Amino acid sequence: MSVSPFLFETRSLTKAFGGLIAVNSVSIGFREREAHAIIGPNGAGKSTFVNLLTGHLPASGGHVMFKGADITRQPAHKVARLGIGRSYQKTNVFPTFTCFENCRLAAQSHLATSMRFLRPAAAYREISAKASEALERAGLASRAGRIAGTMSYGEQRQLEIAMVLATAPQVLVLDEPLAGMGKEESEGMVGLLQELAQVYTLILIEHDMDAVFAIAKVLSVMVNGTLLESGPLDQIRASKAVQDAYLGDGAEAY
Amino acid sequence: MTALPKRLSLILLALLAALALFPAWGPLAFTVKYAFLLQKLTGIMILAILAMSLDLLVGVAGLVSLGHAAFFGLGGYMLALLSPQYEAANLWVVLPAAMGAVALASAVVGFLAIRTAGIYFIMVTLAFGQMGYYFFNDSKLAGGSDGAYIYVKPVVEAFGITLVNLESKQAFFFAVLGCLVAVYLLLRVVLASPFGRVLAAIGVNEGRVRGLGFDPMAYKLVAFAIAGALAGLAGFLAATQYGFVSPAMLGWHQSGHVLVMVILGGMGTLFGPILGAFILELAHFGLEAVTEHWLLPMGMLVIAIVLALPKGVAGLLLQWCGTSETLVERGAIEAPGAPRRSQGSESDRPALEGQTRPKEGGQ
Repeated sequence: MSVSPFLFETRSLTKAFGGLIAVNSVSIGFREREAHAIIGPNGAGKSTFVNLLTGHLPASGGHVMFKGADITRQPAHKVARLGIGRSYQKTNVFPTFTCFENCRLAAQSHLATSMRFLRPAAAYREISAKASEALERAGLASRAGRIAGTMSYGEQRQLEIAMVLATAPQVLVLDEPLAGMGKEESEGMVGLLQELAQVYTLILIEHDMDAVFAIAKVLSVMVNGTLLESGPLDQIRASKAVQDAYLGDGAEAY
Repeated sequence: MTALPKRLSLILLALLAALALFPAWGPLAFTVKYAFLLQKLTGIMILAILAMSLDLLVGVAGLVSLGHAAFFGLGGYMLALLSPQYEAANLWVVLPAAMGAVALASAVVGFLAIRTAGIYFIMVTLAFGQMGYYFFNDSKLAGGSDGAYIYVKPVVEAFGITLVNLESKQAFFFAVLGCLVAVYLLLRVVLASPFGRVLAAIGVNEGRVRGLGFDPMAYKLVAFAIAGALAGLAGFLAATQYGFVSPAMLGWHQSGHVLVMVILGGMGTLFGPILGAFILELAHFGLEAVTEHWLLPMGMLVIAIVLALPKGVAGLLLQWCGTSETLVERGAIEAPGAPRRSQGSESDRPALEGQTRPKEGGQ
């Protein structure tokens, strides 16, 4: 087999829930430091695909390859350790922890193990530094001491990103980071994602087409569990099949 | 290093001082009843250690175990089994051996139990607890259903000098008090450590912990073994105090009793379960002296506390002392220079209309 040009890729990845095939033989390659968006109507299987990519669901068939190694059967926590960080469609933070503590916990994944019992977590300066850095990057430095559950929804979405950053991943898999955000909040988040796209390999699931076109360089379109088309933005924009299946029927202009 | 509000720390220290000085003021206040009360308090402190160890599972990791007394009982039985019949055992040998054996047993039980969650975890731990009960009840080992006596208490020696004479009720009182404080401080340290932070996070949102690269199973298993070993310590102390062990120590009555202490006292706070143990046991003692139908008012008291104080006695104290967080105890030690915790109410940024989720009050 030839050397893959991709950092991260799926090969005929399939997931069936009983008779329902949610993801049907999807092969997508993600190049290093390339912002790649996956779009598609509701029920296209995008979230299932993300769960397969990150080990949150076991695949029914096919493979997930990262840096040439097959990681299909790895559990979620091991996938995360490999450098594949993800955020969730629904806000998924530790609501009773402060903003800073949320990130410090994420940054603890830099320790070979957190099975350390006597020294306070706060005494690990490098961990605290990484947590602060991630908060800063996500624009939450001023919110460090706030209890996460008391912050606004948009801030919790930012925190979600900050936590992923604190694990210092190589690949960021972001599942609808703009979901439920207001216009102003969305703009801030798009700016942040554009910055991140310079540094990380970004895999973005998103409905907001303006945001997708502002951030991504490559687009994959999923419909009914299958990959309809994958390629550079212009190619997808011009694609008749994509327009018929998805882009054309939305009110979203681009 | 404490993350407790100052006023609360003072209250707890005052209570601790009153307890530690009981051998000084007790004889004056209670005269003839003093000796009995000294033993009673010693027994309550032992239950408080057991309750704290359960809090690590229930309040911190969110693992509601209904079989925790099995490890308590096993600790006691280890002393009975390891002690020579008419001679004193060496504490430096039997205590580590007992705690080690209980830690091993709880790791085995935990390995199987943590594969389940929620109500199934409760059922599985209950079943394991009852297995432990019937094991000692039905086997010839250590007296079966009659239980077993420990005729001579272990000796605590170093270089041939007796450090603590456990036969002395007063010395034993102080030894148990020392254990209580040591276990509390140990658990505080553990909660503040990287391990403790992951464990507390598992209690809040296990799925996200996995997504961040930690294997929740491993952390739960270690927590189960630690809690088991500390329950074993409590059981060891109880067996030492009474000189007797019986299968009832392992039963689900005992497990449920300790769980009530944790819930009444305030889950996830460590000091709450200590208070819970004292409140429940002293209420029992007081009501029993007044009426033989003490179970009725006792039940009413428990219901009243649960209804009035959903976060337990500890929640009330924390509120009094100016914080509404129950999780202060979860080892929150801020990094040097990190901003202080603050609540959302004084937000300097107006919430965007329709974008703010309702405050997660009370959780």
